[in-house]
Amino acid sequence: MMARVSLILLLLALVSALATVSSNHRARNLFTELEREQTRMRGLEVEWGQLQLEQSTWAGHARVEKIARDKLKMKSPAAGQIVSIEAGK
Amino acid sequence: MKFANSPLLSQRLPAWRARLLLLGLLSGFAALAGWALYLQGFNSGFLQEKGASRYSRVIELSATRGRILDRHGDAQAVSTPVKSIWAIPEDAKLQPAQARALAGLLEMDVRELNRKLSGERDFVFVKRQISPDVADKVAALNLPGIHEQREYRRYYPSAEVTAHVLGFTGAEDVGQEGVELAFESTLAGKPGSRRVIKDRRGQVVEDVESIRAPQEGKDVLLALDSKIQYLAYTHLRQVIAEYKAKAGSMVVLDAKSGEVLALVNLPTYNPNNRVKLAGAQLRNRVLTDTFEPGSTMKPFTIGLALDKGKFRFDTLIQTAPGRLTIGSATIHDAHMSGMLTVAQVIQKSSNIGAAKIALTFQPEQMWSMFDSLGFGSALKLGFPGEVNGRLRPFKNWHPIEQATMAYGHGISVTLMQLAHAYLVFARDGDLVPLSLTKLDSLPPSGKPVFSEQTAHEVRAMLEMVVQPGGTAPKARIDGYRVAGKTGTSHKLEFGAYVNKYVASFVGFAPASDPRLLIAVMVDEPSVGSYYGGDVAAPLFAKVMAASLRALGVPFDAPLNGLQVANQDAPVIREGI
Repeated sequence: MMARVSLILLLLALVSALATVSSNHRARNLFTELEREQTRMRGLEVEWGQLQLEQSTWAGHARVEKIARDKLKMKSPAAGQIVSIEAGK
Repeated sequence: MKFANSPLLSQRLPAWRARLLLLGLLSGFAALAGWALYLQGFNSGFLQEKGASRYSRVIELSATRGRILDRHGDAQAVSTPVKSIWAIPEDAKLQPAQARALAGLLEMDVRELNRKLSGERDFVFVKRQISPDVADKVAALNLPGIHEQREYRRYYPSAEVTAHVLGFTGAEDVGQEGVELAFESTLAGKPGSRRVIKDRRGQVVEDVESIRAPQEGKDVLLALDSKIQYLAYTHLRQVIAEYKAKAGSMVVLDAKSGEVLALVNLPTYNPNNRVKLAGAQLRNRVLTDTFEPGSTMKPFTIGLALDKGKFRFDTLIQTAPGRLTIGSATIHDAHMSGMLTVAQVIQKSSNIGAAKIALTFQPEQMWSMFDSLGFGSALKLGFPGEVNGRLRPFKNWHPIEQATMAYGHGISVTLMQLAHAYLVFARDGDLVPLSLTKLDSLPPSGKPVFSEQTAHEVRAMLEMVVQPGGTAPKARIDGYRVAGKTGTSHKLEFGAYVNKYVASFVGFAPASDPRLLIAVMVDEPSVGSYYGGDVAAPLFAKVMAASLRALGVPFDAPLNGLQVANQDAPVIREGI
């Protein structure tokens, strides 16, 4: 009887030890993955900053005005050409 | 013979031998236990450190500097990582082909590269601040003795338009001028570090602890409106070119909240490329240069007169014969006007009228009015080189000084102080502090300087200035009621007035419910006119009209009102 209990306990200990090893391994794998994703996140943040800069450059007021005036032949309306409407009327 | 019968067994050994052996064994155990105790208990720190150094590493976590955004959230200053290539010349023995490849990637001359690598020093920068893509290609060449490091570079997409507001950062991405310096503690990130376990291949396998969490720099949301800033910049540049002026500045404030919507100085510089920088370009004149404001000070004198109840807007003042002698000095008007009402003193910008009114005050009354408007003390926006301006203590004012101060001489202010002080007329006589950052809500009423009634009366007089018969009909805008005041003053050089002028205009619109306040200063217009009404007022009108339109402010005056007005009205020059 005693021997059987011991055998079960031994088996349990063995299983638990193997589980520890495997979960440790899994934890490390997951951590590496997290690390990789964080690097990617930082990379994307950098790219976002660069895209913002690019957007600000393309949408710069000077560039927009130049294209509007020279290429699209637009001009600002005289005050008399503006009709002002009020909300709710 | 059997072992059991051995005579040796019957021989008794002396007891001390067993004891000696026991003692020896015990002391051996004791030594082991002691050693174990020493290693585990007393020397453990050292050993653990040695052990940890085999697998644990502290890695630095960089933090990015915050962005600067305008009020609409458009990026005005962004840091992006760049790489710098450096070399240890002793290790960098490159084959000619390798040197050519490297020089080609870095877009530099092979001879220059070789010169750098043959130097005596232990460390040279081959090229600083190159794009990460190029740096990766350099790394792929796998050259001996060539290394790279990560740095940050700050980009300003609006370049010279926003140069003086934003300022710039130095080599280490630390603010040196403008908002970059004023908000350094907010913008700057704090790099952190953490301890990790690395495996044989140098890969991080476990995060042990965070030693210091990195703090990313926070973004700064400015009150700046990049559209108004651009309008102010382009129009100011045109006027400076037209009048061949030495310099010019413009400030646009939100009349309701005291937010700084635009701040322009010319000459300016490109903060992205600061190779050739002269002091004149760097100067943030709006805050660091003082000038004698001239007639733009008169409304404050009149405000005090109305506030003290000694005068009404229609009180008559004799300004004939066009000059007034106080002590040994004589002050003049540009042209003789005779009897003027208080309102007309503003409209026609009469020095004598303002001086006569000022002489009825106690010096202390006038001083404390100037002081509560913020003259004589720096605005403390955090910009470098902000100056106080000059407001002398009232105890040693002579009557002539009191008289000239009434029309803006003998007192010096910065354009920003002047714009700030005009907020009292655009609001209901109270002064709110200026703000460089966008406010979440309108500030509650500020420090009262004038009564509400006084502010409204002066505002009505300022509207007369831009009407025909005033000094600045060119400041009118079709569809909006405008209130403002011109200023033209001689410049002071080495304590004496010279024939160089500063033309200025401060005004706000729509006068029925002021939204924007603009202050303009043009320094030394040298071609054509130099009067504030000719140089600064039209500039004000252009920027104000475009800005009000951009903000969608409803009209408060009939359209085509300008054509109706009498264009033949005589041009009124103000006294200088």
